[in-house]
Amino acid sequence: MAHRFPSDAWIKALCAELNASEAYANAAKNWEGDFYFIVEAGGPLEKDVWLYMDLWHGKCREAFEVTDPASKSPEFVMSASYEDWKKVVLGELDPIKGLISRRLKLKGNMNKIMRAPQAAKELVACCTKVETEFPA
Amino acid sequence: MWYFDSPHIVYGEDARCVLETVEGRRAFIVTDPTMVRLGFVDEVRRRLESAGLEVAVFSEVEPEPSLQTAVRGAEAMRAFEPDWIVGLGGGSCLDAAKAMWIMYERPDVTPDSINPFDTYHLRQKARLITIPTTSGTGSEVTWAIVLTDTAEQRKLGLGTRECVADIAIVDPYFVQGMPARLTADTGMDALTHAFEAYVNTWHNDFSDGLALQAIKLIFTYLPRAYRDGKDMEAREHMHNAATIAGLACSNSLFALAHSLGHSLGALFHIPHGRAVGLFLPYTIEYSAPSGAARYADIARFLGLPADDEETAAWALSARVRQLMHEIDQPQSIAALGIARADFDAQLEALVDRAESDSQTVTSPRVPDRGEFARLFVYAYEGRPIDF
Ligand SMILES: NC(=O)c1ccc[n+]([C@@H]2O[C@H](COP(=O)([O-])OP(=O)(O)OC[C@H]3O[C@@H](n4cnc5c(N)ncnc54)[C@H](O)[C@@H]3O)[C@@H](O)[C@H]2O)c1
Ligand SMILES: [Fe+2]
Repeated sequence: MAHRFPSDAWIKALCAELNASEAYANAAKNWEGDFYFIVEAGGPLEKDVWLYMDLWHGKCREAFEVTDPASKSPEFVMSASYEDWKKVVLGELDPIKGLISRRLKLKGNMNKIMRAPQAAKELVACCTKVETEFPA
Repeated sequence: MWYFDSPHIVYGEDARCVLETVEGRRAFIVTDPTMVRLGFVDEVRRRLESAGLEVAVFSEVEPEPSLQTAVRGAEAMRAFEPDWIVGLGGGSCLDAAKAMWIMYERPDVTPDSINPFDTYHLRQKARLITIPTTSGTGSEVTWAIVLTDTAEQRKLGLGTRECVADIAIVDPYFVQGMPARLTADTGMDALTHAFEAYVNTWHNDFSDGLALQAIKLIFTYLPRAYRDGKDMEAREHMHNAATIAGLACSNSLFALAHSLGHSLGALFHIPHGRAVGLFLPYTIEYSAPSGAARYADIARFLGLPADDEETAAWALSARVRQLMHEIDQPQSIAALGIARADFDAQLEALVDRAESDSQTVTSPRVPDRGEFARLFVYAYEGRPIDF
C-alpha cells in the first residue's frame, strides 16, 4: 500500500523498513540520536510537517508525525523544502551532498552525522523501499 | 547542483616570485623545523618582506599533526594578528595551517569540529597561501584537513570548502631536494588520489579529466623523479600532478584505499602516502566486481587492456604494482616491518577505524566487517584479492 509523503503512516512505514534492514542495522549499530524531520510548507503543503524518529543502535524505536513541535526536543533537527525531501526519499539527492550544498539544513552535532555516512546511506536506501505517494 | 573549488594556482619554475606581489601587513608562516633547516622559510620570508609585510613563523608542526598543535598555532596567530597565513611544507604543515586559520578567524570553533556543513565566514581577518614542499597530498588545493586525535589514535578527516586556499604556489624549487623515500611515498599518495577521484561514487565531469591526466603524469614521471632527484623535468611534472590530483579528489572524493590507509597509518604510525598507496592495488582488485569503478576508462587512457572492467582492473593493479616495484615501495603490510602478532592483535581496531572512516561510503564497492578484515589480512600477506 502506498503511503502519502509526508505523513504519520509514511514515517511509520520507514520505521518498519529500517527495522527489517540488516544493512541499516549494521551501518548504524553505534548510532544514538533522535530526529525531527521538518518538511517545509510550500508546493502541496500548506504548513510545515514535523516527523519524529528515534534511532538507536541500528533500530528505529519510535516514529510518528508530531502535532506539537514542543512535545519533543530531539538531538537533531533536519529541515528542507518538500521538493528537496522528495528527491532525498527517491534517492536522487544524497543527503550528505544536500547538507554540504545547504539544501538540507541540520541543527545538532554535525560531526556525529559526518561520522555516520554509511548509516545515512542505508537510511536512504530504506526510504526508497517505502511505497510512497507524492501529492502533486 | 555541485561545486568546483580551486585556489588561484601559480605554478612552474619561479612561481614563488609571486610572493613579492602580495599586498598586506602581516604574514604568519606555518611550517616545521625541516623547512627552517632547508632555508625554505628564509626564502619565503625574504620575498614577503620585500613586499612590505611583517613576518612571524610558527615552526612546530609535527608530521601527521595533532589537534593540540593546531590549537597552539591558532593562539600564536591571535597574538600576531596576521592578514595572510602562509602554509609552507608537506601536507602536515598545510593541513595545520588551514585548521589554525579557521580557529584564528573563529575562536569559538574547536579543531575536531571543523565540518563541511557549517558556515564559518572565513576571510574576515586573513587569507591563505599554500606552498607544498612534497608532491603528494594536494592539500594546497583541497578543502580537506587531516588531524590526528592522539588520545584516540585516530585520524580525523575534517574540512570545509571555505578553507580552500586563496593562492597555491606550486614551485618545483621546493621539491628539488626531496629525499627519494619521501618522493616515493608522497607520489603514491598522489596516485591514490587520482585513482580514487576517478572511481568514487561522487565523481563528476569536472574532476574526471584531472584525475586521468594526473594518473598518466605520475606513471610517467614518478620513477624518474625517484631515481634521479635532479631530473627537474620529472620533478616539475610530479609537482603539478600532485596538485592536479588534489583538485580532482577535492572536487569529488576519495575511496577505500584512504579508509584502509588512514586506519593502518594511525595505529602503526606509517607515513600517509606509504599507507594509502600500499592498499591501492588491493582496492582496485576488490572494487572491480562492482562494475561501478570505470577502470576500463582509465586503462584505455593509459593504453592498457580494457575489454571489460575485470580485465582493466587487473591490468591496472599490475601496472600499479610494477610502479611500486620500480620505486622500491613496500607492497604488503608485512613488508612494512609489522610483526604478525602485532598485526593480529590490532586487527579489530584496524577494522573499526576503516569501517567508520568517512572515505568508505563513497567507494565503488563497500566492504562489510568481515570483508574489511579479509582486506587487511590479504594486504598483510601480499595476496591478490579473490573475493
Ligand atoms: N588535506 C589533504 O587534502 C590531505 C590529503 C592527503 C594527505 N593529507 C595529510 O598530509 C599529511 C602527510 O603529508 P606529506 O605526505 O606531505 O608529508 P609530511 O608533511 O608529513 O612531511 C613528512 C616529512 O617530510 C619532511 N619534508 C617535507 N618536504 C620536504 C622536502 N622538500 N625535503 C625534505 N624533507 C621534507 C617534513 O618536514 C616531514 O618531516 C598527513 O597528515 C596526511 O593525512 C592531507
Ligand atoms: Fe592522501
